Amino acid sequence: MNEDLRAPVAFTVMAVLLAIVGFTQSWSVSLSVINLCIISSIMAIGVNLQWGYGGLFNAGVMGFTALGGLTAVLVSHDPIYEAWDKAGIGIVISAIIFVLSITALLFVFRNIENKQIRNTLIILIIVFGLIGINNFYGPSIDIIESINPAKTGFLGGLGLPIIFSWLIAAVVAGLVAWVIGKITLRLRSDYLAIATLGISEIVIAVVKHEDWLSRGVKNVSGLDRPVPYEIELQQSEWFLNLVERINFSKLEAMQSLSSRQDLLNDLVIDSSGIFVKLCYAGLFFSVLLLIFYLSQLALNSPWGRMLRAIRDNEEAASAMGKNIFAQHLQIFIIGSAIIGIAGAMLTTLDGQFTPGSYRPLRFTFIIWLMVIIGGSGNNLGSIFGGFFIWFIWIEAEPLSIGFMNMLAGGLEYDNPLRMHLLGSAAHLRLFIMGLLLLLALRFMPRGVIPEKIQKK
Amino acid sequence: MENFEFINAIVLLANFVIVPALSYGSQLALATLSLTIIYGVLRFSNFAQADWMSFGTMATILFTWLFQSIGITAGVLPTALLALPFAIIVTALFCLLIDRSVYSFYRKQKSQPIVLMIVSVGVMFILQAVVRFIIGPNDRKFFDGEKYIVHALDFKNYFGLEEGLTIKSTQLITVIVALIAMISLFYFLQKTKLGKSMRAYSNNEDLALLSGINPEKIVIVTWVISSILITTAGVLYGLDKSFKPFTYFNLLLPMFAAAIVGGIGSPIGAVIGGYVIAFSEITLTYAYKKFFVYLLPENLEPSGLMQVLSTDYKFAISFIILVIVLIVRPTGIVRGKII
Repeated sequence: MNEDLRAPVAFTVMAVLLAIVGFTQSWSVSLSVINLCIISSIMAIGVNLQWGYGGLFNAGVMGFTALGGLTAVLVSHDPIYEAWDKAGIGIVISAIIFVLSITALLFVFRNIENKQIRNTLIILIIVFGLIGINNFYGPSIDIIESINPAKTGFLGGLGLPIIFSWLIAAVVAGLVAWVIGKITLRLRSDYLAIATLGISEIVIAVVKHEDWLSRGVKNVSGLDRPVPYEIELQQSEWFLNLVERINFSKLEAMQSLSSRQDLLNDLVIDSSGIFVKLCYAGLFFSVLLLIFYLSQLALNSPWGRMLRAIRDNEEAASAMGKNIFAQHLQIFIIGSAIIGIAGAMLTTLDGQFTPGSYRPLRFTFIIWLMVIIGGSGNNLGSIFGGFFIWFIWIEAEPLSIGFMNMLAGGLEYDNPLRMHLLGSAAHLRLFIMGLLLLLALRFMPRGVIPEKIQKK
Repeated sequence: MENFEFINAIVLLANFVIVPALSYGSQLALATLSLTIIYGVLRFSNFAQADWMSFGTMATILFTWLFQSIGITAGVLPTALLALPFAIIVTALFCLLIDRSVYSFYRKQKSQPIVLMIVSVGVMFILQAVVRFIIGPNDRKFFDGEKYIVHALDFKNYFGLEEGLTIKSTQLITVIVALIAMISLFYFLQKTKLGKSMRAYSNNEDLALLSGINPEKIVIVTWVISSILITTAGVLYGLDKSFKPFTYFNLLLPMFAAAIVGGIGSPIGAVIGGYVIAFSEITLTYAYKKFFVYLLPENLEPSGLMQVLSTDYKFAISFIILVIVLIVRPTGIVRGKII
């Protein structure tokens, strides 16, 4: 097929698939899928910037997503003043000691030549740093975690509207990416993958177990929303009028006044859910468009051309006087910041932060699938990949159950084989994902919407 | 009584740190060896290796069940040891099937290592699905036979100490089997013609081809050795603890950490790395309070748990070490391949 036609065809197919879900299941389901598709697309763009344009294999997507989620909590949750009063100072002091020790370590590492003195100093700094931090840190977190542990038991956040967290998440993820990039970007490609995979696990471990910061596995729920609540909508005059006007003909057809009222009530409840999801979809879609626009702009600039030159031939680019490491660091930070935004959006959509739910399969490898199947090096491809793979990931489950039912069609209801087949249906989607990836790599290595080779 | 205090402290440490770390380290060392062999000969980081481990263990469990159902057991030893060779054959055959249908295409194209690594992510998905489909995602214990060699209570009574030492039979089996596997692997690599040609191929592919080494044969041998090592490691780990696909998948990260810490591509480095990671995971998360209570006079006894890191971070330790090694000595302890 003509490569220019692929993008419109792919997106049309995607729209038809989502419409089918809308007609057969419900529009509410279809909209929830779309919302998560948009978030996935944003993550995929972030990974695509790093891999498709920069040639960096970041296997730590999960870590940046979690950082984004954590930022959403820390920005939007109300501060717990009691905890700050009683133990805030201890946490601040340990943070200062931590930063001072790291600075001292870096200083010693860079400036002291004599190996013996250097090693002694390093050990001394680590030991004293640990003792100092333990002195303040342990008691403080005990106090914080004992304050109303069933409801809070952590320091809380800034109490700002959650939508600000999207921007702040980019900054936080970018800063962390800067640190990680400094450590790992000088390594060869597959080392980078392993190192980032490991670091993302460290991030998750911290988020899971530092209860004073994130409540850990106790989760933070009831985060505030950037969009109205269903219950508010159902009680507001303008929304009732709107629903009435849209469904005018349906309501008119009703015979009695009471059945008309019942129908209206049902419609209002349904539409309020859909309205909220539409609001999210609108917000997310504008973020997606903005990020897409900005990254296209950047990548068609001289800077983008330089990145591609580095990706295609590092030695040649280096010979032309380009600083490979600095450029890699830049694109690594930008990509991670975008993933951070998506992470904050995801937590906003869920309305809760659940550190236990971050698994590498769901948050790292599936995103990679999106980029590779969509077409690495093409942002439009990543958007399509985000939609397509997420759609399959969600719809694979009902489809596999149907498939298993078909396989087990002739068997008795309580036949053990039938029970086993149906019980294992959920695992079929892993198989589908793996198969899709292998088939794409083999027969369509450039993805569904391949990168355009620019001839100039 | 003074001397007893000291002996008690040592026994305590042996019971909670040295014995568990030794057996976990042996398991990790075997698994890392298989990762290293693949890396050294086929030149890519195999993300599916931990899932090969669950596949091999699953095959062993199925054979164990079969043997148990027809009444064959190994007496005091776990039946799984009898099942192991059969499971290795199945795993190796499946490995070769996947290699033929998936990896060989990219090898012929001389794809970059990173492409093969992404391919291995696809294989990882498929293996996870297969394992979960056949045996399910739940925890399974398949240990039978004699459980303890030394029991804490007997030990205490026999020596009249306050602390007991437990040595599970699986721990002894692990160390012995791992030693046998490692010695035979090193013998194979150093002394046999096939092993030498494997090392030659790993060192310089073109030169090896010129000297008439058959690359297909090397690839097959590599997968077979990798299956032997990874299945053995998985079975030993499963006997010692239990088998759960997700736990096994999580072992991927300590395995990579061990490979890099030891020096990637170097078999001796893999063994050292395995033990380093295992010992650091356990020594850094052990609470030394009781240990110091025995050793120090009463007025100096520590008030806290004397724990460097909380056990919550057991999992993260391998990466912290990995990151430190990457900064300080990126080639690993034994100088491995150049980065």
